[in-house]
Amino acid sequence: MKTLLKALSTASPLLLAPCVLAQAQTAAPVTPEKIAALEAAVQAAQSAGDNAWMLTSSALVLMMTAPGLALFYGGLVRKKNILGTMMQSFMMMALVTVLWAIFGYSLAFGEGSAFMGDLRYLFLAGVGAAPNSDYAATIPHQTFMVFQLMFAIITPALITGAFAERMKFSAMLAFMTLWLILVYLPMAHMVWGKGGMLNAFLGGSVPCFDFAGGTVVHITSGVSALVCALYMGKRKGYGSEPMKPHSLVLSFIGAALLWVGWFGFNAGSALGASSLATSAFVATHFGAAAAAIGWLVAEWMHNGKPSVLGGISGAVAGLVAITPGSGFVKPMPALLIGLAAGLVCYFMVAILKGKLGYDDSLDAFGVHGAGGTLGAILTGVFATNEVNNALKDSAGNAQALGLVDGNGGQVINQIIGSAIAWGLAIVGTLIILKICDMAFGLRVTSEEEITGLDLSMHGEEAYNLES
Amino acid sequence: MKKIEAIIQPFKLEEVKEALKAIGVDGMTITEVRGHGRQKGHKEIYRGQEYTVDLLPKVKVEMVVPAARLDETLKAVSTAARTGKIGDGKIFVYEVAQAIRIRNDDRGESAL
Repeated sequence: MKTLLKALSTASPLLLAPCVLAQAQTAAPVTPEKIAALEAAVQAAQSAGDNAWMLTSSALVLMMTAPGLALFYGGLVRKKNILGTMMQSFMMMALVTVLWAIFGYSLAFGEGSAFMGDLRYLFLAGVGAAPNSDYAATIPHQTFMVFQLMFAIITPALITGAFAERMKFSAMLAFMTLWLILVYLPMAHMVWGKGGMLNAFLGGSVPCFDFAGGTVVHITSGVSALVCALYMGKRKGYGSEPMKPHSLVLSFIGAALLWVGWFGFNAGSALGASSLATSAFVATHFGAAAAAIGWLVAEWMHNGKPSVLGGISGAVAGLVAITPGSGFVKPMPALLIGLAAGLVCYFMVAILKGKLGYDDSLDAFGVHGAGGTLGAILTGVFATNEVNNALKDSAGNAQALGLVDGNGGQVINQIIGSAIAWGLAIVGTLIILKICDMAFGLRVTSEEEITGLDLSMHGEEAYNLES
Repeated sequence: MKKIEAIIQPFKLEEVKEALKAIGVDGMTITEVRGHGRQKGHKEIYRGQEYTVDLLPKVKVEMVVPAARLDETLKAVSTAARTGKIGDGKIFVYEVAQAIRIRNDDRGESAL
């Protein structure tokens, strides 16, 4: 017993802190130095906890791109194109990281104007261990930077679903570089950057709630995907030749990895290991579950069979739709948002796309564009200060957030924010496609397309089972 | 000598092999093939996109037997491969001009 007490007292000064305080009047006096040391120790403990969760979240979000999205998309294409498809996601991990380090982070999160960041963090100058209290006061600025990088990686990777099986690798690299600069960085700055016009928490003129990227990630990528599909045209033989997914097993594994990774995406967006992170975690999970059921029910009634591809597509649609509201809504509205996303995205992908006849090969628009827009608007309905009380009025009380709090005007703000994301994505993507088309040509030749991207772009085949 | 080419349901392969073994026909060559006769294919739907799959997986069994053993072999194959439903397959019989065992140059029926 004695040794145990001794061990405790030497191992953990924090544990004995209350006793020290209680005995203060009789024993050693409490000096300002002691209090300062205690405060520093408490702060360090919180920082360690938050940083651990944020580094974990960053890794989870990277896992969404590869292997998550790479497998999800890779399984949906024909077997001659799986390597090309996976490579497009993988290359974003390399390309965007370098661009982010050099100027991307600065243009998104430097203070700058209402539309674009400035160059204060060029080459990551000043982005180190000290927290940036505007963005996340308890974690190193560098952690915040690398967490945000993972979002910048997956967003362009989502677009690749629209031009799968037919885009030149070189043109894709050029397109993505320009897209990051002209569409992603301005949108990220407007919504999340200090001084951005849509930033509800750091002085935006049109406060818009986007917890983890409904507008920044999903509307921009989904709408740009639609523009790409329309501009580039259909795959050779679309509608006349079978283009069945070559391995739904791979897609299934990819979707499951996306679901898990999304906890980092949304709960990580709390930027700390807080109860808000838990709330976002729960909302995310509930949204995915309800959407899987929504999609399956719609499909079962419409086609007679509930498919595996339907189930996993529904889950992803729900994850997309709950993203902007994940840190603002309670669990029951999360179920509702998910259910709505499952039904709406099924309609977009399985019914409307066929009627309109565009070849958004892997449904980047039907899932991310439609689900993202739906989620952004419903966030304005269901956001409540019972979940997120970060916004205070002048008296220090938590502000009303969405329609359920009595702030109906927020729905309008959400629509404005979504419309800006749509507009930026359409105009930016059209300009970039035109530039890349003139400089490189966007599509592979028709022989290369028949051969498949694996062999024609990369000189490899995915499945050499006889060798 | 006759060559028998039987196109059967893949799940009937084991039964056909057993039946042939039972009557002492040892040699055969198997190929996984796809095709259809009068059997209609089935429909698959991926995210609302409908595909009709009409070339269905079958197994082709080929064997060469002495003319005298043709009838019992045909009976063994057709009995074992039959389910009575559409899609059971077909059997074709051809004349064989010559058979040669590569190992020792045996010719004719002794090469079978």
